[in-house]
Amino acid sequence: MTAPSPTRVAYPASDPPHAVYLDYQATTPVDPRVLDAMLPWFSTCFGNPHSTQHGFGRQAAAAVAAARAEVAAAIGADPREIVFTSGATEANNLAIKGAARFLRDVAGSPRDTIVMPASEHKCVLESGRALESEGLRRVVLPVAANGIVDRGAARAAIDGRTALVSVMAVNNEIGVIQPVAEIAAFAHAAGALVHSDAAQALGRIPLDVNDLGVDMMSLSAHKAYGPKGIGALYLRRRPRARVQPLFSGGGQERGARSGTLPAALCVGFGRAAAIAAGERAEETARIQSLRDSFLESMRARIPDLRLNGDAQARAASNLSLAFPGAPALAVLEGLADVALSTGSACASDTVEPSHVLRALGLDDALASATLRVSFGRFTTAEEVDFAARRLADAVAAVRVDESPAVQAAHVVVG
Amino acid sequence: MPYLDHNATSPIRPAAMAAMAEALARTGNPSSAHAAGRAARGLIEQARRAVATAAGADPAQVIFTSGGSEANALALNRHPGGRGGRVLASAIEHASVLEALPQGGPALIPVTGDGVLDLAALERMLAEGEGVETLVAVMLANNETGVIQPVAEVVRLAHAHGARVHCDAVQAAGRIALDFAALGADTLALSAHKIGGPAGAGALIAREPATLAPLVRGGGQERRLRPGTENLAGIAGFGAAAAEIPDALATVPRIARLRDRLEDAIRTHAPEAVIHGRAAPRLANTSCIGLGGVEAMEQVILLDLAGFAVSAGAACSSGTVRASHVIAAMAGERAAHTAIRVSTGRETTSAEIDAFFEAWWAMRAQLLVLPSVAAA
Repeated sequence: MTAPSPTRVAYPASDPPHAVYLDYQATTPVDPRVLDAMLPWFSTCFGNPHSTQHGFGRQAAAAVAAARAEVAAAIGADPREIVFTSGATEANNLAIKGAARFLRDVAGSPRDTIVMPASEHKCVLESGRALESEGLRRVVLPVAANGIVDRGAARAAIDGRTALVSVMAVNNEIGVIQPVAEIAAFAHAAGALVHSDAAQALGRIPLDVNDLGVDMMSLSAHKAYGPKGIGALYLRRRPRARVQPLFSGGGQERGARSGTLPAALCVGFGRAAAIAAGERAEETARIQSLRDSFLESMRARIPDLRLNGDAQARAASNLSLAFPGAPALAVLEGLADVALSTGSACASDTVEPSHVLRALGLDDALASATLRVSFGRFTTAEEVDFAARRLADAVAAVRVDESPAVQAAHVVVG
Repeated sequence: MPYLDHNATSPIRPAAMAAMAEALARTGNPSSAHAAGRAARGLIEQARRAVATAAGADPAQVIFTSGGSEANALALNRHPGGRGGRVLASAIEHASVLEALPQGGPALIPVTGDGVLDLAALERMLAEGEGVETLVAVMLANNETGVIQPVAEVVRLAHAHGARVHCDAVQAAGRIALDFAALGADTLALSAHKIGGPAGAGALIAREPATLAPLVRGGGQERRLRPGTENLAGIAGFGAAAAEIPDALATVPRIARLRDRLEDAIRTHAPEAVIHGRAAPRLANTSCIGLGGVEAMEQVILLDLAGFAVSAGAACSSGTVRASHVIAAMAGERAAHTAIRVSTGRETTSAEIDAFFEAWWAMRAQLLVLPSVAAA
């Protein structure tokens, strides 16, 4: 049986009909193949996968086991190394707080330091901060102007006190790919555990837990055309990475994560992971060419735009573009038919400039003039052309409004 | 195959299925500011209002979680159990309450032989720790016996002693009327998949959400109490199922007649069988049937072979069947090994109940005879 080519998969029907969606790093549409795999597990096959005393439950348990194997295979892991969670935020919390607490409280380790780059996702940084409030030490590594973690600083910071190093695989805002394998090698040489937040990486870069050398890795389904509400933490068996659960109760997931497993979501995640791993090479090549044509077209119209983050070590799906003199919120106001984002969707309750862009050394003016454009499986060349034209027009319009002459005119009129 | 294990999980209601299908076809992240994101946010807020209405709460009091276990854990997180304060929990609470405290379990409030919380014991325990910060955790209805707990009285006693109350209403929702404001509890846990919604969504209802401490950090969702991209489809399905709770409650008299039909047959033909909690107020859909001297697992296996899905105790511990701590608290360790749970739902028919009794009767004959065969 051959899977349909991704370019022939119909775009999900009831999506906002008029907007071009270029926010694939906030979330992705559920792939129709994933949806088809999931739906029976909501309806006719509704058993609780932990009710293995009867057929309904065993059927659901078998589906969860198959999904676990698909997720494991997508990252070169063993199915027994996969702990399903409600998403990457929970997986990151479980990995960082869980591993540090296990080392401190159960293993009695004297290692008291957690090391992480400044450009990590908020939930990683805040997990580290929570550990600080429990008396552990958090060391935040600087990143270079291109967004890549400073290897010298990492080497200097990681030592015999280091319990855990957490380095993301692909940055959610600027798409930069971190040298996880290299950092993992430093960390292991110092006897520390290594975790990687790979929420943005599945299906976007090659992802193999052994090639990367990580002990723990967080995944999210909805960033890879699976459903929201499910993710996973990879926990290496040899040598064993162990975590204290964030909460207890039924003892599911080998005691690491209690609660009834949502079989349908697990099945959807499994299918999404299998597609992501199987189609990654072909898909990223296609997406990269769309992205590059978008960037070329934008540069032709707005020559002074800035690309934030390294141009090479970057996921094919991502552009982070600063338009000097054009505040991003003002640009978005004039751009109702293109869905873009000013930064990560998760931080939308704050209007502070992005901590990632600050870590790169951008000043507030440039950071707040930055838009993230992210491309994906259902992006078409026509959409890219349309969006580039619309975005360039919107930036130009804002620049006119923000120009000193117009501002002065406003003052006079006002 | 007749499904008589609704307390483990319930089939998804068509309305919930439709809401989920719609949500799964949308693209936006509910935290995104663009139209796709705002549309997704709209679905979540619509579900929040539906859940609040069903629970007799204010939408601002609803915090969505990944399910009942997480809602219970969130309610008990950082409560100063073991840090100068204490948690008192009924001996029949769900594992997610009993095991929520990282350091040691809560002090257990005993229950009567009928499975009802012993209010006099609770009052003594409250008085003994006067002045100590206390959280009392009592479920609204038990998952194994269906026995309804006197939560309003628990709240009255607890509040009189300055203690707060958490109520796990996961099994009660949709089966008895629920009114958070009238109940008076400080927090209340709900699960979608027990009311005809999907697994993977639940909620903690909190009178004062600001007093809670998050289990997970890093993001502004659910007022920072439960960060992480929301389970959009799950929450939409939860809302749709919650909106149908009045319809579900209308089916309770019929479901109670099915239960009585089954229990009357069992009591008439097998006087040695025990219906745990029978004398107490109970959910209409739950029968916990003990058969002295016969392991629950053997009963369940034979019933499974006969085509009936029932359970031995709770379904939570990944296939392992332990002695029921609930029946142990009511009737002792020996009884705890011999009880099975039959739990029905809106789809259950009287023909299925009659067929189940036949299968149960055959199972009983087989298992009660077997030991003498083995001895011979």
